[in-house]
Amino acid sequence: MAYNLKNEMNKEERFHSGHRLCAGCGAGIVCRAMMRAVDPEDRAVICNATGCLEVSSFQYPYTAWEDSYIHTAFENASATASGVEAAYNIMKKKGKIAEDENVKILTIGGDGGTYDIGFQSLSGALERGHDFTYFCYDNNAYMNTGTQRSSATPRFANATTTPSGIESVGKKQNQKDLTQIVVMHGVPYAAQTTMFGNLKDFHEKAHRAIYTKGPAFVNVLTPCPRGWGYPAEDLMEICKLAIDTCVWPVYEVVEGEYRLTYEPKKKLPVEEFMRRQTRFKHCFAKGNEWTIEAAQEYVDKKWEELLAKCN
Amino acid sequence: MSIRERMSGNEAIATAMRQINPDVFAMFPITPSTEIPQYYAQYVADGRVDTEFITVESEHSSLSACLGAEAAGVRAVTATSSAGLSFMNEVLYVAASSRLPVVLAVACRALTGPININHDYSDSMAERDSGFIQIYGENNQEVYDNYLQAHRIAEHPDVRLPLMICEDGFITSHAIENIEIEDDETVKNFVGEYRPENYLLKKENPLAVGPYGVSNYYMEARVAQAEAMKNAKKVILDVAADFEKTFGRKYGFFEAYRCEDADIVMVIMGSCAGTARAAADKLREQGIKAGVIKIRVFRPFPGPELAEVLKGKKAVAVMDKSEGFSACGGPLFAETAGACINMKDRPAMVDIVFGLGGRDFTVEAALSVFDRLKGIAEGGEIGEVYTHMGQRER
Repeated sequence: MAYNLKNEMNKEERFHSGHRLCAGCGAGIVCRAMMRAVDPEDRAVICNATGCLEVSSFQYPYTAWEDSYIHTAFENASATASGVEAAYNIMKKKGKIAEDENVKILTIGGDGGTYDIGFQSLSGALERGHDFTYFCYDNNAYMNTGTQRSSATPRFANATTTPSGIESVGKKQNQKDLTQIVVMHGVPYAAQTTMFGNLKDFHEKAHRAIYTKGPAFVNVLTPCPRGWGYPAEDLMEICKLAIDTCVWPVYEVVEGEYRLTYEPKKKLPVEEFMRRQTRFKHCFAKGNEWTIEAAQEYVDKKWEELLAKCN
Repeated sequence: MSIRERMSGNEAIATAMRQINPDVFAMFPITPSTEIPQYYAQYVADGRVDTEFITVESEHSSLSACLGAEAAGVRAVTATSSAGLSFMNEVLYVAASSRLPVVLAVACRALTGPININHDYSDSMAERDSGFIQIYGENNQEVYDNYLQAHRIAEHPDVRLPLMICEDGFITSHAIENIEIEDDETVKNFVGEYRPENYLLKKENPLAVGPYGVSNYYMEARVAQAEAMKNAKKVILDVAADFEKTFGRKYGFFEAYRCEDADIVMVIMGSCAGTARAAADKLREQGIKAGVIKIRVFRPFPGPELAEVLKGKKAVAVMDKSEGFSACGGPLFAETAGACINMKDRPAMVDIVFGLGGRDFTVEAALSVFDRLKGIAEGGEIGEVYTHMGQRER
């Protein structure tokens, strides 16, 4: 059935309002959309790494999750999911879960819990081939502790541990390309997406990931109004700029085959993405023009590399 | 019918696991516990068990996977030693506070540094406040027997706490000794099925595990956990009584050897207890009233019961096979002394840290400890309360 946002929005919510995420937080949108991608007749277990989402969505005695949910620690969401999957397998084998019953194992973490501290357990679980889907809500820094840089923070971004100053133009390194690293594990499905349009791109990738046998990975650029410095209501515009400037290309890799799922009609300059966010404010100061040029150069290079893979 | 066998402590644990046939075993190798998952991998390969065997990429992940599995509704086990246990540290606390009864076999080994693969209790003692139940065995038979009792204690509705079965690295884990292995069916019946009330994969009732608990709720959760540890005392004794009825071997919180009329007592743990008993026997031949207490259950600590036995003794030496760096004694001493604090007829008490990193403990060494106690019992000076034994002077 063709994707229809109205139909999707009429589905029963599986991530409820009343959670304590900030107004305009991208993570809440990710969770709702992720849960809409689980077929209504199927159950899910969500394994969540420590972070904004965890402290905001399951504060005792309230949970925003309709489905079963487990949080154990920051760096081990994938390992926890491995155990849940093993339990599911043996319960199926022993007939404790009916044959026609489907439980989807979803793992979700921020970029800190995925790119950095949780990277080892993610890599291990991908290599072992567990049947689970990892969603990374990449908001480009450790937001729960107050915008410290992570390996997902883009170069030149102002973070509280890479502040700009007389001797500094923000973070020194480019973002780690985690999606590519995941692809190199040989997983059956990996994708990058974000919130744009009617969320069709997100939904289709999430659904495909969840219903792919084996480990699947969906990396979602998830703006954080507080950490990035833009008005909360501009989230969709910021996401659109990220894909139109090719800062965050949206594509999928199915069994090693690359496919671009969105190509901007007109590739916009990176400057337009950066200008909207105070984390890049210092880049526009006199004498720092080179940072915008360098950022553009890097985005162009990565984009060309990706296009080559997609063709 | 039990079978007389010869095997190492590691094989004894792996055998107990095979008989119990847990649903999930998540493993990561570390000396000297590695053999346990190795034996088990062969059972899996040979189709003798139907366990989901997960070969994870670290100890942090092995315990995390066990948590996921237990929360999901099945029985999960793992094994480790030393740095591996330290690496699990964070997750140990999560297991206990989430009330997930994982059973963890620990072949106790020194912690770095210098790096050392031999036995002491640095690893398990460092985790004494993690909320795990800790049960120590003296030899392969005790370790096997403790393991058979582990799941029933941990999974009991009044307890629901994770549990460590501790054996002495190499001394017990690798030394091959005679052992009585019980038959598979009797073991299975004794241990029983795991039937958690609520779990992630329960269809009728989704579950959320591992909340953020603000100040309004945290204290209640911790007190409930503390109560569970207190409840574990009764359950440990109940399971031991049933174990004795079923298999004939008797267990309690500790074993008091020739203590009834003893003037001087050594409190010790694990494989060194045999050496201590041999020394006590020698002294008894000379008419010196020496006794030995071997601690089996360290968490929950059997304080009042231990104090009852130590009441009226003249001098007690607590033997700590780990260094707590408190500058005033090791962890076993702190617990033992604390247990006696409100007792009127309190014995003089000293702490001796010994055997670190596999340093040998001989009958002569044990005799020298008793000799010191004898001096104190006869009215001599207590001297330095906290000392080390067996190290070279220079």
